[in-house]
Amino acid sequence: MTPSNTQLSAIKAALFAACLLPAWLLWQGFKADSLGANPIEAITRGLGEWTLRLLLVTLAVTPLRKYTGWHWIVRLRRTLGLFAFAYGVAHLMSYVWLDQFFDWQAIAKDILKRPFITVGFAALVLMVPLAATSSNFAIRRLGGRKWQSLHRAIYPIAMLGCLHFWWLVKKDITEPLIYSVILAALLGVRMWWREQERRRQLAGAYLPQTPKFKGKVIKIFSE
Amino acid sequence: MLIRRAADVLPSEITPPDIYRERRRFLAQAGGVALAAALPGGAGAATSFGPLAASPFSTTETPTSRRAVTTYNNFYELGTDKSDPAENIHRLKPAPWTLRVEGLVNKPRSLGIDELLKLVPPEERIYRMRCVEGWSMVIPWVGVPLGSLLKLADPQGSARYVEFVSHYDRATMTRGVLDWPYTEGLRLDEARHPLTILAVGLYGEVLPVQNGAPVRLVVPWKYGFKGAKSLVAIRLVERQPVTAWMKAGPSEYGFYANVNPDVDHPRWSQATERRIGEFTKRKTLMFNGYADQVGSLYAGMDLRRFY
Repeated sequence: MTPSNTQLSAIKAALFAACLLPAWLLWQGFKADSLGANPIEAITRGLGEWTLRLLLVTLAVTPLRKYTGWHWIVRLRRTLGLFAFAYGVAHLMSYVWLDQFFDWQAIAKDILKRPFITVGFAALVLMVPLAATSSNFAIRRLGGRKWQSLHRAIYPIAMLGCLHFWWLVKKDITEPLIYSVILAALLGVRMWWREQERRRQLAGAYLPQTPKFKGKVIKIFSE
Repeated sequence: MLIRRAADVLPSEITPPDIYRERRRFLAQAGGVALAAALPGGAGAATSFGPLAASPFSTTETPTSRRAVTTYNNFYELGTDKSDPAENIHRLKPAPWTLRVEGLVNKPRSLGIDELLKLVPPEERIYRMRCVEGWSMVIPWVGVPLGSLLKLADPQGSARYVEFVSHYDRATMTRGVLDWPYTEGLRLDEARHPLTILAVGLYGEVLPVQNGAPVRLVVPWKYGFKGAKSLVAIRLVERQPVTAWMKAGPSEYGFYANVNPDVDHPRWSQATERRIGEFTKRKTLMFNGYADQVGSLYAGMDLRRFY
């Protein structure tokens, strides 16, 4: 099943709208005062959770593509990744603006002193070069191989995101655990592929031709 | 597709404020009568306490809305999300109830809530409450001074600490997370301090389940988690008890848990707090603003060590 270009455009538009929906719902909830007694906490938390969810969905694209054969879904990945970044930036903004109200001294202290904020901030900083190199132009400029190795930074980014959530909760780690298990599965499947590939190579499938040797063999050490 | 959920309450169902206030006044009066009538029988069906003695210990700050106080709760036995307890009130039956006062006392006793209120008349106490998570509220409690109850139990000379034990029912309540039942502790002089109360109500009415019905501890100069909910036992002991949070995270939660802006939680700052309903944060006060009343309890102590 491969959608036509028109269909793909429609799918992309729907995905774009779907990615905006959580932010829109948070905004509506804020206006209607239905986010509970601590709406600022609910907004900051909601934006953070959606950052993590979108990162995981982005990481799910390749396995899904491999196992379903829907190669076209890779064309949705950029939208997902950029939305993950956008939610991450909004999450940081809600912390800086709504939570700390631009108290830069307190924010700087938090980033340096609180491990959970340090790792969250580091994850977002690592996302910046990825977002900046998401255009077709950047891919061409960097070259596919370089671009790909740069974008593998999403693995540590997602791990830092899970850690950020894990260290934040007071005691009930159920939710960060669920995200971490999903991430472990998504990264584990990649490790599995890599291992398969290694075994195939060891089995000699791609062994290069032995070069023709001319000359004399000299033993340089005794057994 | 966007699906809007209909509001839970129709505009036509909202009671106009003047009728609401009149109803409150009526309930307050009727409740007083009903409570008086209920006391001997022990039925405890009244929902309002009627006119209550005001207290010089009350703050004049504006109380946090009743809605916030009753929907934003940390009561892990009923769920670990703040909105969970209000949704799971059916998991705890606050009546009939028995509270034991036991341990190193000359007059141990088991008593129901009505009996408690007959022994010690309830007062209104409007207190600040500061949660260790960095938010705060102002709550108009109805409660009895714990010191008065302890006096009736007549503590023995060897009693130096008080342990508080919350109700726990494995069949209906959260499993895991903490080592149940929830326990808390105070030094005997802290427990006897006039600010320390056993709360049985808020906003002039019987304590809602999610706030720790039917009786809970309130120690306003300490972080909120010291206020053990739904108490079944108050036990006088010789040695400092190990509380549920001390077991869960010894490096993060100490026995004292006094509100202190200068001693951070290992993972977050305690210098500021968000008063629920306000936009910007405010500075956290030493002993949650009760330093004049309780500072002397900790004279000479290293509060960084005894956090």
